[in-house]
Amino acid sequence: MANADCIVIQGSNMAECHPVGFQWVSEAKARGARIIHVDPRFTRTSAVADKHISIRVGSDIVLLGALINHVLSNEKWFREYVLAFTNASALVNEDFRDTEDLDGLFSGYDPATGRYDNASWSYRLKSGDDESTANEPQQGPGMGDQFGAAGPVAVDGTRGDGLCRDEIETDETLQHPFTVFQILKRHFARYTPDLVQQMCGISEADFDYLARSITENSGRDRTTCFAYAVGWTQHTMGAQFIRTAAILQLLLGNMGRPGGGIMALRGHASIQGSTDIPTLFNLLPGYLPMPMVTAGTLTDYLDGIASPAQKGYWANAEAYVVNLLKAWWGDAATADNDWAYDYLPRLTGPHGTYQTVAAMLDGTVDGYFVLGQNPAVGSAHGRLQRLGMAKLKWLVVRDLALIESATWWKDGPEIQSGELRTEDIETEVFFMPAATHVEKAGTFTQTQRMVQWRHQALQPPGDAQSELDFFYELGLRIREKLAGSDDPRDRPLLDLTWNYPLDEHGNPDSAAVLQEINGRFRTGDKAGQPLSSYAEMRTDGSTEGGCWIYTGIYAGGVNQAARRPARTGHDPVNPDWAWVWPADRRLLYNRASADAEGRPWSERKRYVWWDSEQGRWTGDDVPDFPATLAPDARPGPEATGPAALSGLDAFIMQADGKGWLYAPRGLVDGPLPAHYEAQESPVRNTVYDQQRSPARVTLARPDNLSAPSDDDPGANVYPYMFTTYRLTEHHTAGGMSRWLPYLSELQPEMFCEISPELAAEVGIEPYGWATLISPRAAIEAKCLVTDRMRPLVVNGRTVHQIGLPYHWGVGGEQAVVSGDSANDLLGVVMDPNVLIQESKVGSCAIVAGRRPRGRARLELVAEYRRRAGVTVDTGMRPIDVERGEHAMRQDRLEAERVNADDPWVVPDDEQGGER
Amino acid sequence: MINLEESFQPGRKGFFTDTSICIGCKACEVACKEWNRNPADSTWQLSDSSYDNTTHLGADTWRHVAFVEQGRERIEQARQSGRQLVNLGMPGVRTEAATNVDVTPPDTPDFRWLMASDVCKHCTHAGCLDVCPTGALFRSEFGTVVVQADVCNGCGTCVAGCPFGVIERRKDGLVEPKTNRDFTAGEQAPTPHVGVAQKCTLCYDRLVDGLEPACAKTCPTTSIKFGEHADLTEQARERVRQLHAQGLTEARLYGANPNSGVGGTGSVFLLLDEPEVYGLPPDPRVPTADLPHMFDRASLAAVGMIAGVVLAFFTGRRRR
Repeated sequence: MANADCIVIQGSNMAECHPVGFQWVSEAKARGARIIHVDPRFTRTSAVADKHISIRVGSDIVLLGALINHVLSNEKWFREYVLAFTNASALVNEDFRDTEDLDGLFSGYDPATGRYDNASWSYRLKSGDDESTANEPQQGPGMGDQFGAAGPVAVDGTRGDGLCRDEIETDETLQHPFTVFQILKRHFARYTPDLVQQMCGISEADFDYLARSITENSGRDRTTCFAYAVGWTQHTMGAQFIRTAAILQLLLGNMGRPGGGIMALRGHASIQGSTDIPTLFNLLPGYLPMPMVTAGTLTDYLDGIASPAQKGYWANAEAYVVNLLKAWWGDAATADNDWAYDYLPRLTGPHGTYQTVAAMLDGTVDGYFVLGQNPAVGSAHGRLQRLGMAKLKWLVVRDLALIESATWWKDGPEIQSGELRTEDIETEVFFMPAATHVEKAGTFTQTQRMVQWRHQALQPPGDAQSELDFFYELGLRIREKLAGSDDPRDRPLLDLTWNYPLDEHGNPDSAAVLQEINGRFRTGDKAGQPLSSYAEMRTDGSTEGGCWIYTGIYAGGVNQAARRPARTGHDPVNPDWAWVWPADRRLLYNRASADAEGRPWSERKRYVWWDSEQGRWTGDDVPDFPATLAPDARPGPEATGPAALSGLDAFIMQADGKGWLYAPRGLVDGPLPAHYEAQESPVRNTVYDQQRSPARVTLARPDNLSAPSDDDPGANVYPYMFTTYRLTEHHTAGGMSRWLPYLSELQPEMFCEISPELAAEVGIEPYGWATLISPRAAIEAKCLVTDRMRPLVVNGRTVHQIGLPYHWGVGGEQAVVSGDSANDLLGVVMDPNVLIQESKVGSCAIVAGRRPRGRARLELVAEYRRRAGVTVDTGMRPIDVERGEHAMRQDRLEAERVNADDPWVVPDDEQGGER
Repeated sequence: MINLEESFQPGRKGFFTDTSICIGCKACEVACKEWNRNPADSTWQLSDSSYDNTTHLGADTWRHVAFVEQGRERIEQARQSGRQLVNLGMPGVRTEAATNVDVTPPDTPDFRWLMASDVCKHCTHAGCLDVCPTGALFRSEFGTVVVQADVCNGCGTCVAGCPFGVIERRKDGLVEPKTNRDFTAGEQAPTPHVGVAQKCTLCYDRLVDGLEPACAKTCPTTSIKFGEHADLTEQARERVRQLHAQGLTEARLYGANPNSGVGGTGSVFLLLDEPEVYGLPPDPRVPTADLPHMFDRASLAAVGMIAGVVLAFFTGRRRR
């Protein structure tokens, strides 16, 4: 980021939530970069930006879409880059229909299931077959269990090479109406500055400033960088928000170049690491998919990931899988037993956090481990979380203090309201004290994929243990209990390699775990030596490695993540600091930092280039490209794997080697982003007739109700939009901050932030109390009445937004400060790609004064629900407009217009709104 | 009266706090309390002052971040007053630089949120040091002003002697030397130095070990810079020039003037508005500044009195 000429921070409050990472923004600014912050609130990030642009929550696709339209229609796109490195020239299946044609839906939508069949979104192939006909996605009954475009392409057939560049029909003139480029142009044509003003509440002048800033700071000589965080992801359209930015950055030529890119600012230390070596239900280490129950054999599973016949590095997936299985099961993993593939658990559907909570409420989950999180406060719909935990048989909470998730059974909000009685709760709760980050050694992986080693400063106090100690010991104890068992279901546990060297305190050595992750030779001359690259991984069991993308982190027997040379002056790369996966590449897809012929785009932005004398790629970074693959190399169709990459396939993990302006697969809610309103919104979607994302995942239950939207009856009972966020002073749900006096005193009380206009409208005094009511809960908060919150005029109507930090909780033993939890207001509705909850937008009411106590609090919530007519069906229909209904509505609107001209004709639809 | 050598003596250490790049993260406040083991000082309620909940410097809070929300009108005033400082030949912005400055203001934003980390000024002429009757306060080899807690008797004279309201007596805690660091991990450490005067030491105990102060070490955006006072003052002047060149004429220095009422301060600040806006006195003056005058006058009076007595003696004799 320090190398950028313009930085747009949107969907993130970087200075507050990533103050240490913000030093690079500060450095860029000191070197003359322009910083723009697009956010519903004026925050500490806005305070040090060159400009703050206020936006209505959840309308980001409209703004970014309009920027795409601006770039396309004003010829501001980077032609040479787009032609060389993106799929702009690819032709799309002629069955494809866009939202333009189908009134807000893409082709392939099934209103009965609320899901898309993406067959018609695929590329057009020279053979005449559409690639989709050959590739049926490996799919279970649920959603969110697929894998993104950059991950392995989940296919079940024998050929995973449908995206091979040589088989795709293209039109390099970009004129064919079914080229990606032309589809893009048509799709975004309706995203205009005028629409931005209507839907986002952003003036044309501000839009113009933003558009000029990014286009003037893109091209051969300059680069613009975007940064986002959960302000983009935590929406029903989360993945598509990021897709929109990706399209924009590809068109501007800002990917794979210094000072470009899209920075995904992670929620806390090593969230990146916890997806690389995942805590996610649908992934194995290194972004290998967790097998579905349908993938009976290793061959089935491998066919579902990639074909050896396909292009790029996923073609070697078999090596990555075999090495993982060998690392886990050692000698017990043999060629004869499919490398112990059957030891892996199988997915039967989506098992995300919220589906699991629903299963708890239904009584089908016995036990729950809560580690490093505080779901009673930090997860959406806190009440659902707490009631779910009350249905468990056992619960283990490992944390630094007795957080609310460990004490809800005696002092939670449901105990206070009388909904739950301690003596009725059968859950057995175990609390295990945890070591802090300074009390254990290990790694943090940050957003740049940089893995940094962390040394232990002191031993944990008392019984506190690190996660490594805890799970190691738990494994030992379970294996002890199972010793001698001949039940086949116990084999995976008994055969695990569980032999880590112990330090002088009897705890396993975390460096040994990193060595296992790196991998080693098992046989031959080098037996026992660490692997230096994933290219050394073999499929014959002679090597092992726990996470292929991390191979090399212990190259030469040295902990590369612990490298910390002194920093002198400004080095744009700092190549010796720590270690970055994969293969210590600091900047991903950096082949794109050179033009088609391999020359730097400009002297100012030179990074990696082709040295024709030496016949290899060279530069400031490790080239993210086969080192000797010439820019003009064009392998024939018979080549496979990395050898099939052409000299222009900069995006080496994509099956066609190209940056995707249009996603023929990988996303389940559309190949292009389209704006829909949030699940709850007082605003009508005027972009399409479809109000909400048609593919969003809902959880229609009587305990998870939604407020009416738009001008549906009852929507005015919850007239204000709210958004949740964090403050610098606290850590997420407070487990690491509300127990510390030094941090608690800096932000001692739960508050909401509202504009002076809203305060006047509802009669709230500055720093006075207010009660906020949603269909799920009522909470109280002090009010910061501030000009940092501005009402926006959207669709001609004033929209007020309320800001709510979510750090506080009720209960929690010995917490220095406590307060109502903002997340209790939220309902659960999810993005279909990754099953993230929509916690950045909701509808609520706000009234002056403190909330009622005890049972009266529940009655208040129920009364508002009654007034709004909220039922379990409210907002749960997958699509808002049936086919054909749109046309009828147009007729009706036309009739109303005619009637309005004639004062004697009474409109026959007095009710209006009902759709 | 003031000489520059005194303000810029070699080896004098100080802070330059550039508030224009402060992100208000308060890491300086926390790092300071952590290192010095200062107690929390809170009613555990919002202080009704934007995001500022520590509100002022005191015995327990040696770094304090102020938050000021301002509208367009006030921003224009600040820009105007800063420009006047330039025209008046504001110390620190040399006149030849000022003539090169493009003073066309950029678009005035509708709103801004100022953040500034305040700290003990470590004055060239320190009121607290001057009035301390026990010698508990001393001028260190780094040119800083430090309390020796084991000498201080808690008389509180220094509290009135500080023109910035920085030094205070600690109200509660335990009397214990700070060297005693054998507290139990996971438990709140006992508070040292109760009842005696406390303020920022510019991390004297870190400086003697060749480390930089905790606040400067932790500041993520280098808003707090630590170093040689003379270098920092020059850096600060350069930064003001740079901001003025961008049309941000509201930028001005605070504490960099060796001719001020305290002889300049070891902690120099770059502010974006009048000092009062941040809760800083506009024209601080050491209470002992008039002492030489007072001695002159008192001497004159004494001489006059003696002369009068002598005169009276002689005239009286003559009359007799």
